[in-house]
Amino acid sequence: MGSLAAPFDKGSAVSAPVLRTERLEKRFGGIVATDSVSLSIAPGARHALIGPNGAGKTTLVNLLTGVLPVSAGAVYLDEVDITRLPVHRRVARGMVRTFQISQLFRSLSPRETLALIVGQQRGLGRRWWGSLAREASVIERADQLLEQFRLASVRDVRTDQLAYGKRRLLEIAIALACEPRVLLLDEPVAGVPAGEREEILQTLAALPAQVSILLIEHDMELVFGFSRFITVLVNGSVLAEGEPAAIAADPRVKAVYLGSGAGHTP
Amino acid sequence: MLLATDRWRERLIVGFLFAVAFGLPWLMPSRALFVAETASVALFALSLDLVLGYAGIVSLGHAAFFGVGAYAAGLFAKLVMPDPLTGLAVGIAVAALMGLACSLTILRGSDLTRIMVTLALSLLLYELANRFDAITGGADGLQGMAMGPLLGRFEFDLQGQVPATYALAVLFLALLLVQWVVRSPLGATLLAVRDNPLRAAAVGIPVASRLAFAYAFGAALAGAAGALVAQTSGFVSLEVFSIERSADVLLMLVIGGAGWVYGGVLGAVAFKVLNELVAGITPQYWTFWMGLFLLAIGLLGRERVLRPWALWQRPSTKAVR
Repeated sequence: MGSLAAPFDKGSAVSAPVLRTERLEKRFGGIVATDSVSLSIAPGARHALIGPNGAGKTTLVNLLTGVLPVSAGAVYLDEVDITRLPVHRRVARGMVRTFQISQLFRSLSPRETLALIVGQQRGLGRRWWGSLAREASVIERADQLLEQFRLASVRDVRTDQLAYGKRRLLEIAIALACEPRVLLLDEPVAGVPAGEREEILQTLAALPAQVSILLIEHDMELVFGFSRFITVLVNGSVLAEGEPAAIAADPRVKAVYLGSGAGHTP
Repeated sequence: MLLATDRWRERLIVGFLFAVAFGLPWLMPSRALFVAETASVALFALSLDLVLGYAGIVSLGHAAFFGVGAYAAGLFAKLVMPDPLTGLAVGIAVAALMGLACSLTILRGSDLTRIMVTLALSLLLYELANRFDAITGGADGLQGMAMGPLLGRFEFDLQGQVPATYALAVLFLALLLVQWVVRSPLGATLLAVRDNPLRAAAVGIPVASRLAFAYAFGAALAGAAGALVAQTSGFVSLEVFSIERSADVLLMLVIGGAGWVYGGVLGAVAFKVLNELVAGITPQYWTFWMGLFLLAIGLLGRERVLRPWALWQRPSTKAVR
């Protein structure tokens, strides 16, 4: 880390982080799943969170998004304490996630899914009259997202009948439909067959620059290609942080990843 | 479905069917009471469709709200005033409040816990109605309610033509309202909650308040159905809270198809007509035939039972609605 990480640290000190955790802790009975994690996500970041299986990456995402209550510590979004906010309120403030295992609305088509989310996003969620079909601007935005995520060809197919790769794309499109300021991507390419992988990588690369992204991923090729800053999580606590080159050279990280990630040293 | 704009054909069919239904009590006066009862039960099934089909809340105690509506309307007619529409409004309001309060019990937990909790609620109410017989009449039922004329003009006749028209009109309005709501942006968020509550919350939908809304709305409609039965029959018995009633309405919804506005109504009509037909042939053993019919639906699928010729066609790829 050291010198290579320094310029970034200075930068993040000047512009306040979008998302910050302070000594975040989660215990399940006697097991400490998240151990005093202090994380800082800069505006527009391409930040990766890596770590071996069981390191507590998904638990951390669940703490950040409010799916799990924290045991101790705090989460700040734009320096506002959101530690106790319910999931949907955090989304309204711009913190959005994708799921490792696609979580879709199985009986709805991609177009219906995106229209309903865009509608919700624009404050129509409580309107009990009229139809989304008549909201031209909602439909327009939904169609735009379908186009952007290469879902236009399957826009009217029930999502439980979509191919796996398309589901992963819809998973990300859903998150983007929520107009995120911070986007947590939980293993976006996990289990995606090689043929459909490229499509997802391209859409990830094309995500809006102003959106701050925290990428949780096992795939080291994607991590080192995508991120400009990496946090390594081991046994629930931060082992190392820094720019990709520094992380790749870190002997402790190498020790943890011996055999799995060492081959990807850039 | 959510984004469809063209509904003229659907409107035509529904309009035609309701026109036939409204005509029935006058063309076949001997069937008027049957029409009234079927319309009330169809409204009850519609209310469960909203709760189960649109919000995904499994309930085995939906009769709780039906019964509350029935007793509220019955007691109101007996103790306060006999006007049917005011009584209906009271039944709806009491059931809705009750649904809102009880929604706290279904916000968490799996389908199995919800089945248990909803069942428990209807059992509780059953025993309460039984215990406080000074008010409810207990096992003898609530008697002595005299209904006033509808809109101050139309007396409830014994043959049942006015009650049948009244029940059909309430069902029709409720159907319009439900359709209106489930197709709105709010209705879309209900579908999202039903399909995947985890994801619904993750896109900013307040899941708990949506579930509470659906449950209270469903309870209100169930209360309306209970009030209709109380008013059109002039009698409320403990049976309104019974497990059989909750189970029957669930069966109706299964027959007609949940998650579809017409599913509950069609299922209720099919159930009642089948009941009437089979009971006419073998009064003692009608449940045997009902059971056989349900088994056939369960094993073969609704499509193939209602349209047997489809068995010989290539398997349909269209999802059964």
